[in-house]
Amino acid sequence: MTLETLTPVAASGLFSLAWLMIAVPLAMAALLLLAGKAFDSFGHWLAVLASTFSFVVALILFVQLLSADEASRAVSAPMFTWIATQTWTVEAGLLIDPLSILFALLITGVGSLIHLYSVGYMAHDERRRRFFAYLNFFVAAMLLLVLADNYLVLFVGWEGVGLASYLLIGFWQHKPSAAAAAKKAFVMNRVGDLGLTMAVFTMLAALKTSSFAEVNAKIAGVDPAWVTAIGFFLLLAACGKSAQVPLQAWLLDAMEGPTPVSALIHAATMVTAGVYLVVRSHAVYALAPAAQTAVVIVGLVTLFAGAWIGCAKDDIKKVLAGSTMSQIGYMILAAGIGPAGYAFAIFHLLTHGFFKANMFLGAGSVMHAMDDDVNMRHFGALRKALPITFVTFGMGYLAIIGFPGFAGYFSKDSIIEAAFHANAVIGVAAMLGAGVTGFYMTRLMLMTWFGQERWPDGVHPHESPAVMTVPLIVLAVFSVGIGAVLNGWIQEWLAPAVDAAAGEAEWIPSLTGLLTLVVVIAGVALAWYLFGKNAVPAQVPESTNPFTLAGRNDLYGDAVNNALVVRPTMAAADSVHANDLWIIDRGADGLANGLRKLSQVGRRLQSGRVRSYALIMMAGVVLLGALVIVSLLG
Amino acid sequence: MTQIPAPTFEWLELAPVLVVLVAACVGILLEALLRRESRFLAQIVVAEVGLLAALVFAVANWREGRIGSLAMGSVSLDGPAYLSWTALLVFGLLALSVFAERNLNDGASSFVASAASIPGSRHEREASAAGHEHSEVFPLALFSLAGMMVFTASGDLLTMFVALEVMSLPLYLLSGLARQRRLLSHESALKYFLLGSFASAFFLFGMALLYGYAGSFDIAALNQAVSAPLLGRGFLYAGMGLLAVGLLFKIGVVPFQSWVPDVYTGAPTPVTGFMAICTKLAALVGLARVFFVALGGERWTWQPVLAVLAVLTMAVGVVLALTQTDIKRLLAYSAISHAGFLLTAVVGAYQEVGSGQVNSFGAIAFYLIAYGFSTIAAFAVVTMVRNESGEATRLSDWAGLAKRNPWLASAFAVLLLSFAGIPLTGGFIGKWAVFASAWAGGFEWLAITGVAFSLVAAYFYLKVIVAMFFLEPAEGVEVGRASAFTIAPIAVGVAATVYLGLFPGPVMDLIAAAQVFAR
Repeated sequence: MTLETLTPVAASGLFSLAWLMIAVPLAMAALLLLAGKAFDSFGHWLAVLASTFSFVVALILFVQLLSADEASRAVSAPMFTWIATQTWTVEAGLLIDPLSILFALLITGVGSLIHLYSVGYMAHDERRRRFFAYLNFFVAAMLLLVLADNYLVLFVGWEGVGLASYLLIGFWQHKPSAAAAAKKAFVMNRVGDLGLTMAVFTMLAALKTSSFAEVNAKIAGVDPAWVTAIGFFLLLAACGKSAQVPLQAWLLDAMEGPTPVSALIHAATMVTAGVYLVVRSHAVYALAPAAQTAVVIVGLVTLFAGAWIGCAKDDIKKVLAGSTMSQIGYMILAAGIGPAGYAFAIFHLLTHGFFKANMFLGAGSVMHAMDDDVNMRHFGALRKALPITFVTFGMGYLAIIGFPGFAGYFSKDSIIEAAFHANAVIGVAAMLGAGVTGFYMTRLMLMTWFGQERWPDGVHPHESPAVMTVPLIVLAVFSVGIGAVLNGWIQEWLAPAVDAAAGEAEWIPSLTGLLTLVVVIAGVALAWYLFGKNAVPAQVPESTNPFTLAGRNDLYGDAVNNALVVRPTMAAADSVHANDLWIIDRGADGLANGLRKLSQVGRRLQSGRVRSYALIMMAGVVLLGALVIVSLLG
Repeated sequence: MTQIPAPTFEWLELAPVLVVLVAACVGILLEALLRRESRFLAQIVVAEVGLLAALVFAVANWREGRIGSLAMGSVSLDGPAYLSWTALLVFGLLALSVFAERNLNDGASSFVASAASIPGSRHEREASAAGHEHSEVFPLALFSLAGMMVFTASGDLLTMFVALEVMSLPLYLLSGLARQRRLLSHESALKYFLLGSFASAFFLFGMALLYGYAGSFDIAALNQAVSAPLLGRGFLYAGMGLLAVGLLFKIGVVPFQSWVPDVYTGAPTPVTGFMAICTKLAALVGLARVFFVALGGERWTWQPVLAVLAVLTMAVGVVLALTQTDIKRLLAYSAISHAGFLLTAVVGAYQEVGSGQVNSFGAIAFYLIAYGFSTIAAFAVVTMVRNESGEATRLSDWAGLAKRNPWLASAFAVLLLSFAGIPLTGGFIGKWAVFASAWAGGFEWLAITGVAFSLVAAYFYLKVIVAMFFLEPAEGVEVGRASAFTIAPIAVGVAATVYLGLFPGPVMDLIAAAQVFAR
């Protein structure tokens, strides 16, 4: 592989207005937050407009890039000098290249649909205006993240989406569980953020720059140990944001947020930022094989961990969350394979963005129908009550298990294929993962849409309003078609941006593809055997199977975190507090009391009598003389 | 037959001092010539115009670079002298403005109506009722200021001694002129006079011994004699110690500080503000001139001695301030502790600096400038907090001041934070500068000790701030409606304190360019 990447050309024309994509939703967020009750009745539509505006801008820029010749498909739009020191300077600027524009389209496209869906979903929430302000803020921050032309500006967006995620997970802050989940997400993300800051610091120290172009250009001249360090720091950052093992535990709790948030932030866009970061840093990983191997391992482990959790959960959103972890594991895996996998990582990211958003919104529609119940054991046979949602959800299902012709088939099979090329063990593992995906998704389908009704009393499921079903339909169409449309084209499109050359998935499956299909069918069949043939109990069956128990308990992620981090930290905090109370405070108080007593004694020398003052002076002269003598002797 | 050379006198170069002296003499004449009711205003005008004119001369001469040995070697006009003169004149302007305040006392100044009357006597009451005033305070202050100016620029020890007396005698008088609590004022004036004379005697004795050693009063000659390995250095050491007593007394260094709390408390508050900075500034510059220039060759001998005294001074000032209950007394002990902090830079005696950096004297000068603005403003604030018997100086009277007058309380808080050396105030930069030069001079332990003591000192400053802002207002205390004569110095002082904290650069540059003594 060569290490040629595009040199960005200066922005002109519409590209110099790219900042509007970020500025408009950001300004709208501020307006909605500040405007007060006056905007309550129509503020959400303004937010939809702002998001749509960004989508239109992104679309126009995309078309412009399409029509440009290949060499000028990376455009840099500098904004201002942010930090200037003697040794390095940070220019805040945007980079519109094939990679970032795809992200911008995904974020604004899916984002606008989810804005629209939320108009229906949040119709009865009294803090709706605030919700939409946060959504707009998220869109702005996420766009800054993917459009930034250097790591430090990216970090601003990175923190911005973290904040938006925190605010939206805890949006129903009256629920203690939501508040706790928000806090957990925030704290665990901080660990990842530490990785990113350390990576930026290391770049500034070793390379004197944090801009993508200069890092790519100069990284080869740096001590490999530094490069490896940067690679691991970036991986830590990716693990935090993308909920990869070992920083995965927050994503399941994040489902406490409103479902559109889960769809937008915790499925389609923000959680894939880690993949973006790894792909964007391809120049670093090309020179850091150890870090690259670690990326593959993290991806593989998470792929199975997420799938495992997905198999055992009864909460529909948590199954989907486990699935998200697992699918992002695929993407990270692909990104770790190297140039052969970058395009597929992004390909799968895009298809996943559509079909997972589709399924999350579908789940939201179900919850809407079932009075916000998420327990699949209370569902069953919903296909008649929610026909539109059923069909759209079904499209998402077929896409994710990789049914031939659907979106996931092209993107996931490409990853499995690339994995086989890289290493047979990785390939087999990735293929098995596809089987497990088939299993848990089929389980979800059967428990929700088929079988007999297990609805609680007084629940009358009904189809959602058009404002919610229209986005579902649009996303369903994408779930079906996006894979076929992008297949082949995206590999070429991304090649210059990510320094990749990759093949494309064939319509007629190769041997690997056929094998994968067999494994998936096995998974589906097993699920049907277990959950389709037999009635699903409305109560959680007792289980002594350690694998089931582990899955139901999120693989004991919280227990591990508690034992390894939380308890030691609390113990340290307690001991510091005790030290503060018993040693520092006592010491300070004792010192203060001692000084006060000394002061009271000393005051007696100030008798007010001039004769004793003169005596003190005389004593002082003697002292001074003595000191001079001592000084001369010494 | 030898001819006596005609004495030379550089009128233009010495104009700043001369103008102040002339203004003082004019003031004395006005006392004799003008009617009683018009005297006060006329004195204010003469004093302030005189100081302003002197300031103009000083700055103009400084810009022209007129330096050198003047008046046949009696006056050594160099960078430090110009720095001191300018600072003294500015502080004099501000302090005399506070002297002129007459709104706070129902149309009378802070000074007694008739100093000769027995406190509480019929005579005193009659004088008060007739509206008599001692407008001589202005010429007295001007004489004192002229003495200080000469003191900071003395070329020989004899001039220094004369200047010391010229600056001290009017201060003794001024200390006894308080309108309220006159017995306390009288007592403080007498104590100041007796102890001051005692200290002057030591100074004179030390001078004589140094003459015995070097055969000259001249500072430059002393420098040469100290550098040359003469026999009989006993005279030198004894003279050095005794001379130091006289100088350290004026600065208020332990164990020669006993007068400070009593005099600061007893003197009229505007006078306290005046002498708190001007005397200290003059005495420290004098000390630096004698020890850095004349006795610089003996620094290994005097550095440890002064280091011990610096620690003692910081300790006594800080520790005794902890239990004070009177604001003026608190500020007096605070002044003692500041003398200790300043002395650390003298001990450092650090001279080897690059261009644009401050040496030990530069650090002292910056500290004094920052401290001077804060001090004059702080004592001006003290004059404004009143109860029915005059100034309310008990700390308990200051409780809840922020609720009565948030502006005044905030201003005082800023000044206290500067005294405590909190960042973003001039006091912080000053402390940093003196400790840095002590450190650079090889007295790391002294710098650390200084930092430790300034930590303890923060306690009693913050105690006042807490009382002002977080306690319920005290009964019977109010903030007087002062005229611009008091408000302006407070405003200037607070503004300068903040400015010097935020932008120390320009003043530092000015000091760095003028900090080297002529030798």
